[in-house]
Amino acid sequence: MILSLALEQLLNGLQLGVMLFLMAAGLTLIFGVMGLINLAHGSLYMVGAFACAVVAAATGSFWIGLAASLVCAAAAGAIVEFLVIRKLYDRDHLDQVLATFALILIFSEGARWVFGSFPLYLDIPPLLAGAVPLPGIEAYPLYRLAIIGVGALVAFGLYLLISKTRLGMRIRAGESDREMIAALGVDIRTLYTVVFALGSALAGLAGALVGALQSVQVGMGEPVLILAFVVIVIGGIGSIKGALVGALIVGLTDTLGRFLLPPLLGLVLPASTAGTVGASLAAMLIYIVMALVLAFRPRGLFPAKA
Amino acid sequence: MVDLAAEPVLEITGLVKTFGALRATDGVTLDLRPGEIHALIGPNGAGKSTLIHQICGTLRQDGGTIRFAGQDISRTGVAERARLGLGRTFQVSSLAPEFSALRNVMLAVQAKAGSSFRFFKPVMRDRSLLDTAMAMLERVGLAGRADIAAAELSHGERRQLEIAIALALGSKAFLLDEPMAGMGPEGSKRLTGFLDGLRHQAPILLVEHDMDAVFALADRISVLVYGRVIATGTVDEIRRDPAVRTAYLGDHA
Amino acid sequence: MDMTRENIINLVLALLLLVVPLAASQMGQPFTVTLATRIAVLALAATGLNIALGLGGLVSFGHAVFFGIGGYAAGILASHVFSGEPMAFGFEGSNQMALIWIFAVIACGLAGLAIGAISLRTSGVYFIMITLAFAQMVYYFAISWPAYGGEDGLSILVRNQFPGINTMVPLSFFLLCYGVLIVCIGLFALLRNSRFGTALQAARQNEVRVASVGISPYGIRLTAFAISAMMTGLAGALYADLNKFVSPSMLSWHMSGELIVLIILGGTGRLFGPVAGAMLYVIFEFALGGITERWQFFLGLILLGVVLFARGGLIGLLAGKARHG
Repeated sequence: MILSLALEQLLNGLQLGVMLFLMAAGLTLIFGVMGLINLAHGSLYMVGAFACAVVAAATGSFWIGLAASLVCAAAAGAIVEFLVIRKLYDRDHLDQVLATFALILIFSEGARWVFGSFPLYLDIPPLLAGAVPLPGIEAYPLYRLAIIGVGALVAFGLYLLISKTRLGMRIRAGESDREMIAALGVDIRTLYTVVFALGSALAGLAGALVGALQSVQVGMGEPVLILAFVVIVIGGIGSIKGALVGALIVGLTDTLGRFLLPPLLGLVLPASTAGTVGASLAAMLIYIVMALVLAFRPRGLFPAKA
Repeated sequence: MVDLAAEPVLEITGLVKTFGALRATDGVTLDLRPGEIHALIGPNGAGKSTLIHQICGTLRQDGGTIRFAGQDISRTGVAERARLGLGRTFQVSSLAPEFSALRNVMLAVQAKAGSSFRFFKPVMRDRSLLDTAMAMLERVGLAGRADIAAAELSHGERRQLEIAIALALGSKAFLLDEPMAGMGPEGSKRLTGFLDGLRHQAPILLVEHDMDAVFALADRISVLVYGRVIATGTVDEIRRDPAVRTAYLGDHA
Repeated sequence: MDMTRENIINLVLALLLLVVPLAASQMGQPFTVTLATRIAVLALAATGLNIALGLGGLVSFGHAVFFGIGGYAAGILASHVFSGEPMAFGFEGSNQMALIWIFAVIACGLAGLAIGAISLRTSGVYFIMITLAFAQMVYYFAISWPAYGGEDGLSILVRNQFPGINTMVPLSFFLLCYGVLIVCIGLFALLRNSRFGTALQAARQNEVRVASVGISPYGIRLTAFAISAMMTGLAGALYADLNKFVSPSMLSWHMSGELIVLIILGGTGRLFGPVAGAMLYVIFEFALGGITERWQFFLGLILLGVVLFARGGLIGLLAGKARHG
C-alpha cells in the first residue's frame, strides 16, 4: 500500500518534470540562441491553454483544441517576436526583463478582458480517460501517463531536430557564433522568429496538456514560469540536456518532498508540528536544492559554453 | 644594462596551459628583472594573450609557477595580484567608461590606499585622492582632460589613462599589453619616450607588435612561437638568431 | 550643490511630494495624503533597490523578499503586543516603530548577506533568476507557515507608534514617511559619491578594471546588496503600517517587478528616479484605475514604450544624460 502510493507519487513527479521540461526547453533554447531572457514565456503557456479550452469547447474535440494550442501559441510567439522581442536582442538583460514583464501585464489583463476572471474547464479526452493498472500500482490515470509519453517524445524529437536537421545545425551555429552564421548567408532574423515560435509552441503544448488537469485561468503561467527558471538555472542556461535533467530533478524533488517530508519529520517531531514544518519545508525544497547546486556549480549542472 | 644577478621581480617557470588538444602555453619560462624592459614578441596566435591572462590571474595555468615580488602567486586571484603590485594595461582599453579620466585614476588611488569601504565622504572633495590622481594624469600628459568621461577620450588618450592608473597603483612591475596599438606615429613616439623613463620606476613586461618601439626600448626580447619561448636575448642577439629569423622576423625582413 | 537641471528637477519633485499632501490635508482630502504616503514608501523601497540596481548594476528580481521581511517584522512584532503572547526569550514584541525598524533593518541585512552571498557568485541572467527564486522560496514559506496568518496575511490592528507623533493622523504618518525617505535619499547621495560608491559603480561599468586595480568586486557588491536590502526592508515596515496589513503578496514576484518598474519609469541610477517613478506609478494606478479595471494592461503598454523608446525614464527625459563625475 505504502509502496504503491510512493510509486504513484514518483510518477506524478515524473509527470510534473515532463511538463516543466516542455516549458524549460523553450526558455533555454531562446536564451541559448538569442541570448534573451523571456518572462512572457508563461503567457504563451496560458495562450496554449486558453486556445485549447476554447476550441475544444467549440468543436467538442480535445484533439482539435490541442492542435489549436500549438498553432495559436506559435503564432502569438511569432507576432510578439516580430513586434517587440526583436528590438531586445541587443539590449541588456534589465531591458529584456522589463519589456517581457510588460508583456505579461498585457497578456494577462488582455486575457482577463476577453475571457473574464472565471476559469475555463477543459475535459480529458475520452480516449485517455480512466486509469490503468501498472506493476505495483492498482490504477494510475491514463492521461498523466500520456503526458509523460508526450514529454519523452518531445525530448527525443528535440534531440533529433537539433542534432540531425539543417534547422538544428543553424541553431547550434547560432549559439556559438552569431556573426559566423550571418556570414554563412543564413537569414538570422527568420531563424530567430522560427526558434521563438518553436519555444512558444512547446509552452503552448504544456499549457494545453496541464489545462485538462487543472483549470484554465489567467495567471496560470506564472508559477510554472518560475519553476521553469529554477529548472534551467539548475540545468545550466542554454542547455537542452540541462533542461531535461533539471526538470526531472525539480519535478521529483517537489512532488516527493511534499509526500515524504511531513511523515519523515514525524519521526522526530510531534505530529502537528511535523505537518506544518514539513509542508513549509517542502514548499521551499526545490529552492534549497537550487541554492545547493549553485553553491557548487554557479553555472548549473551542464554549463553551456562560456 | 640588465643586472642578471639581481633577484627577478617576476619569475615564470615552466608554465603550461592547454585548451583541448592545443598547448597554448607550452612550458614558458621567463623573468623580469629590476630596471629592464623585457619585450615579448611573436606572431599572431603565438599565445601572448593567453600568457598575459595567466600572469594577471584571469586564466589559471595547468602547470608551472609564477613568482612575483618574492612570493608564489600561482594560485592568487586577480585583485590580490594587483594589490601585490602587478600593474597591467589592456590590449583593448579597459576603463570605467562613464567616469571621468580623473575618477578612473582616483579609483586606483583609493585601491592603493586600501580604503574602498568608506561610505560617506565625497571623493570629489577628498584632497588626498584628488591630488595624487591629478599628479598621475600630469605625468602622462592628460591633466587637461581630467574631467572628460573615459568613453569620450580618444584612443591614444585612453592608453595614456591606463598607464596613469598603473602608475597610481604604485606597481612593482608593469605588464603592458600592446600599448602602441592604434596609436599614430606621433603618439607612439611620445609613448616610447615615456616608457623609456618608466622602467626606472618599475620594470616592464612589454607585449608589442610595433617593432620600432620594441627595438628602441627593449633590454631583452623573448620570442614566443606556438606557445614556446624559442629565444631570449638582447636586441642584437635576437636580430641575429637564425631560428627567430625563420620563424618570425623572416616575414618582416 | 550646483544647480544643474537635474538638481532643480529633484528639488521640484521633493517639494511637490511635500506640498500636495499638506494642501490636501488642509482641504480635507485624506485620501490624497494616503496616496502621497504610498508614493513616499514605494519610492523609499525603490531607492533601496536603486543602490543595487542603479549603482551596482545588480538586477535583483527578488527585492520583494526584503520588502516583505520588513513588512512582516512590523506585523509580527505588533501582533505579539496585541495578543499578549511573548515572542521568544521573554521578549513581548513591540508596537514602537523605531524598534520595529531596527528589527526590520537587521533582519533584511542578514537576509541580504545570505541571499547575496550565493547569488553574487553568479552574474547576468543567472543572478536575475536566482534572486527571483530566493524570493519565491520565502514567499512560499510565508504562505505555508500558519503561525502568522499564512496565505491570509496578518492585520496590524492599531498602527504602530512613534514618539511625539500621532501616527493615526494621515498627515503625521505621511510626514514621518517623507522624513525617512529624504534621509535615505541623502544616504544614497552620500554613498554614490563616496569611495565605496566609486568602486561599486566602477564594478558595474567594468568588473575587470576594478579587479585589476586590486579591489575585489564581490565584497563591494555583497555590501551594497545588504545595504540595499536594509533600505528596502525599512520601506516594507512602513508599508505594512500604511496598510495596517501585511501578506505574502508583499513578497511576490509581481512586487519585485514593480520595484524595478518604479526605477525604470523614473530613471535608473538617478537620485530622484525612484521618487519620479513612484509618482508616475501611483498616479497611473489611480487615474487609469478610475477609468478602467484593466489599468495594468495600459501600464504594460506604457512600460513597453519606456523600455523600447525612452530608456532614461522621466528624469532622463527632462534632465538629459546622467553625469558621473
